[in-house]
Amino acid sequence: MTQSFRLENVGLINRDKKLSFKFNGKIYYGYEGDTLASALIANGIHLIGRSFKYHRPRGFFGAGVDEPYAIVQLYRNGETEPNTKATEQELFEGLEATSINCWPSVNFDVGAINNFLKIFLPAGFYYKTFMWPKSFWYKVYEPLIRKAAGLGVASTKHDKERYEHKYEYCDLLIAGSGPSGLASAYAAAKNGARVILAEDKARFGGTLITSEVNIGNQSGKEWAEGIIAELKEMPNVTIKNRSQVFGYYDHNMLVMSERISDHLPKTKKFHPKQRLWYIRAKEVLISTGSIERPIVFGNNDTPGVMLSSAAKEYLKVYGVLVGRNPLIFTNNDSGYETAIEFKKNGVDSIILDTRKDPQSEIVNEAKNLGIDIKFSYVVVAAQGYKKVKSADIAKISDDKEQLGAIKNIKCDCICVSGFWTPTIHLASQSGNKIKFNEDIDAFVPGRSKQNEKTLGAANGIYTLEETLENSFETGHELSKKITNNDNKISLPKVIEKKSTTHDKFWCVPLPRGKNYKRFLDFQNDVAVSDVEIALKEGYRSIEHVKRYTTLGMATDQGKTSNLNGLQLVSSIENKIVPEVGHTTFRPPYTPVTIGAIVGREVGKHSRPTRKSPIHSWHEKNNAVFVDAGVWLRPRYYKRGNETLFEGSKREARNVRKNVGVCDVTTLGKIDIKGPDAAELLNRVYTNAWLKLPVGKARYGVMLREDGIVMDDGTTTRISENHYHMTTTTAQAANVLSHLEYYLQLVWSELNVNVVSTTEQWAGAAIAGPRSRDLLKELFPKCDVSNEGLPFMGYMEGDLFGVKARIFRISFSGELAYEINVESDNANFMWKKIIEVGEKFKIQPYGTEALSTLRIEMGHVAGSELDGRTIPYDNSLEGLVSNKKDFIGKRSLNREAFISSDRQKVVGVVPLDKKTSIPEGSHLVKDSKAPLPNTKLGYISASCWSVEYDNPFSLAILKDGKNMIGKKLFAMSPLKNKIIPVEIVSSHYVDPKGERVRS
Amino acid sequence: MLHIKCPHCGMRSQNEFSYGGDASVKRPELNKEISDQDWDNFVYYRKSLRGKHWELWQHLSGCRQWIKVERDTATHEIFKTHKASEDIS
Repeated sequence: MTQSFRLENVGLINRDKKLSFKFNGKIYYGYEGDTLASALIANGIHLIGRSFKYHRPRGFFGAGVDEPYAIVQLYRNGETEPNTKATEQELFEGLEATSINCWPSVNFDVGAINNFLKIFLPAGFYYKTFMWPKSFWYKVYEPLIRKAAGLGVASTKHDKERYEHKYEYCDLLIAGSGPSGLASAYAAAKNGARVILAEDKARFGGTLITSEVNIGNQSGKEWAEGIIAELKEMPNVTIKNRSQVFGYYDHNMLVMSERISDHLPKTKKFHPKQRLWYIRAKEVLISTGSIERPIVFGNNDTPGVMLSSAAKEYLKVYGVLVGRNPLIFTNNDSGYETAIEFKKNGVDSIILDTRKDPQSEIVNEAKNLGIDIKFSYVVVAAQGYKKVKSADIAKISDDKEQLGAIKNIKCDCICVSGFWTPTIHLASQSGNKIKFNEDIDAFVPGRSKQNEKTLGAANGIYTLEETLENSFETGHELSKKITNNDNKISLPKVIEKKSTTHDKFWCVPLPRGKNYKRFLDFQNDVAVSDVEIALKEGYRSIEHVKRYTTLGMATDQGKTSNLNGLQLVSSIENKIVPEVGHTTFRPPYTPVTIGAIVGREVGKHSRPTRKSPIHSWHEKNNAVFVDAGVWLRPRYYKRGNETLFEGSKREARNVRKNVGVCDVTTLGKIDIKGPDAAELLNRVYTNAWLKLPVGKARYGVMLREDGIVMDDGTTTRISENHYHMTTTTAQAANVLSHLEYYLQLVWSELNVNVVSTTEQWAGAAIAGPRSRDLLKELFPKCDVSNEGLPFMGYMEGDLFGVKARIFRISFSGELAYEINVESDNANFMWKKIIEVGEKFKIQPYGTEALSTLRIEMGHVAGSELDGRTIPYDNSLEGLVSNKKDFIGKRSLNREAFISSDRQKVVGVVPLDKKTSIPEGSHLVKDSKAPLPNTKLGYISASCWSVEYDNPFSLAILKDGKNMIGKKLFAMSPLKNKIIPVEIVSSHYVDPKGERVRS
Repeated sequence: MLHIKCPHCGMRSQNEFSYGGDASVKRPELNKEISDQDWDNFVYYRKSLRGKHWELWQHLSGCRQWIKVERDTATHEIFKTHKASEDIS
């Protein structure tokens, strides 16, 4: 197909570079510099999709961010993206796009039946209809609605593109590069301020590109280009196109989305697709301009009805005619500018002006050009289904209530201008108290909450000279405040056409006997009649009307619909608009991709991965890793085709029989120093610490103030005023903050310092009956006999020339030691242990064997200390001192905590000694009792006991202390299992703890 | 994102801090008799104020100091920040 609506020699596109693209499977051509929208219009395509609710045909309405209709599914380089605005998507070679909201095709859409059923689809229809019967919602209504609605299909594939985040600081952030943005940026930059200037579109300059003005003897466009070229050269200026400042957050933090590669067929190597900027600005200038307002009339959603400024932009920027027989419907002078541009290019239009007798330079120019103008005329309704074919027009009375005789005139597009709405979204997001400006029938920024100012059209100032003057001054003033420089730019001479006031007319009355749909919200299909119904049904608050009718709730956030909606409510309610109020503007101003929000924090990068210094050894030795908090730990070391179950059993058995070694570097370690260190420990732990001798370790439990166990671990007295605390891997960071809290805020009189040394020390636990023999060979000069290094003893040693700390502590319940060396020596230590241990049949063991060993010994860990249990529940009440006070002690005598049938940890063995009990299973008395079956307790941890070769679990059980020997059922509805079990002591192996002391 | 002036480090973004609740809560002294009601008030009861509020923040990814911040809970305006050792006014 040819680009039959493309003009010769008009526009800013690059005609040397022809691009091919596909829309709904058909190949078309456009030029570099086109948007998908302009290229489609050049090819005469106006039917682009179907509407959300009624599936009415949809064309183009705007030429930029305000576009409510032209949303497509985009395909680029093997990826697909929904919710793409054709008016914003730049054309590239090989672009593919398809329509949304239509099935089977945009030309024949089954859903369009809704349009004929529209009488049944009024406001609140979904709320009212699909409520009953309840069971139908998931099975029938929702799938049907989902199939018929939506703004495209999200890809379920992994997104291969890269998205980046960037943090930036500046003196002035300026959002929008129109006249006010350029002038203020230029003035501030010349005055030495650090400026970021952001432009949403590919081209800088905003309205200067298309308006017929003269600044300093240059056209607006030339002037803009000069300023931009100069700004680009300045080291204190960052100037970004394709960058939307979409959110204004607290403390002058703004977020901007930069589309780096979306306009290219493929993202360049090493480039991100998009970049999200977090910008902390000292001052913010909002120069976001304004959006043209539609006028409401019958069938005003027909393809071919569009904003007059969009028609002008398509013509002047892209050299594209939106029609050859245009009708212009306006209540102000802006429509005339479009008509004049048409005329210049040999296209005759008819202007319908709602005003009776406007007098201005522009109106006169149009008259002089011989353009057909009808005053006090309105469009009653557009006619045509998939494209405007004609318009019903009528004269309107001075009071705007009575329509004259309706006649039909031929036209192929209707360009509408209902005056201009300032884009105040960012100002409103910043907390600015916006106010209603009667002169322009729109809201403008009022009192600022943050350091923000709004300039130009965004502030309701529609003349260029005033805009430039204000903007130069504001840019200078704000920069002076920051830089103390005083370089002033003089205002160039500005020539612009004077316009006259607009007509406060926004909605054409329905002619008698006609019930045309008159749309307010074009994306969500909300018509005047819907709002009328909502008000009839008693909705009053504009926030409620909005939610009930979905007015302004589409992805365009009502950019073209909000004010007309407010006008309607206020006229029905007989209130003035400011009394009706406005709905809240929330970020983002335009949709932002999930990819940009997530940035690089995808998959494994969503949080840091911590690895022990011995990690590469584990890898080489076939370790299968598991996430332990942010750490990667070996779960087991796979031999041959071993499963996890087989491998972990082998490793655990070897610990019980010979000796095993486990990397325990991940345990939290806190170095505690100072004369009051013992006193701190005494207050933090539940047991007594004042009399721990140097060279001894002690096990301790710490509580939160509410009496719940926070963490456990051993702390060793290294020297008089020096302690080494260990925490669980998971709680390490919380425990450090906890200690800092008490030291800094509660007991600042204590002279103690705490610091994390988790990464400074690497640890290896060696456990098993032969561990002492191994230790003797590792530390030949040390007396590691049971007398020389008794249980809970500590000594320093020399590991083949490396300084080491030796702790006799045990998690496995076996005779065991933990050796710590500085992290740099971790691999040396580990390899020595493996090498020397060979003759004792040493095997490394992972977290699965570690768990098995601790579970069958009845040692509680994270699955029991889960933030819901007190010391008693974990059989740790022996560690609770009644001679001293400590954190959380006062809570322990709460009624529930001292009740006689308080829950307690127990052991659980299946009666058949074969069936493993799923973790999380409930313990119940009667497996056949009707639901809800009373839960007596739950399985916290399960293992295969290597000592007895049968399954064994730990459970937290109500009245656990009196339940030993009882028979219950473990029920797991998730795994569909009911297992008869016997309750036994949690200390299943070596209940007297003889091995650790041997 | 809030911009918080750490009295030790200067202006820093909120994501370097973690929140620590009402700064006016005083932990009862150790080894002192305290009624159930008073203890419950200390452990559980907090006012949910609208307006000026002294609260604790820890400069977790910075100097690790706990600080006191006077913030308006409705507007997020921050009026003053104090070191842990300074009393709130």
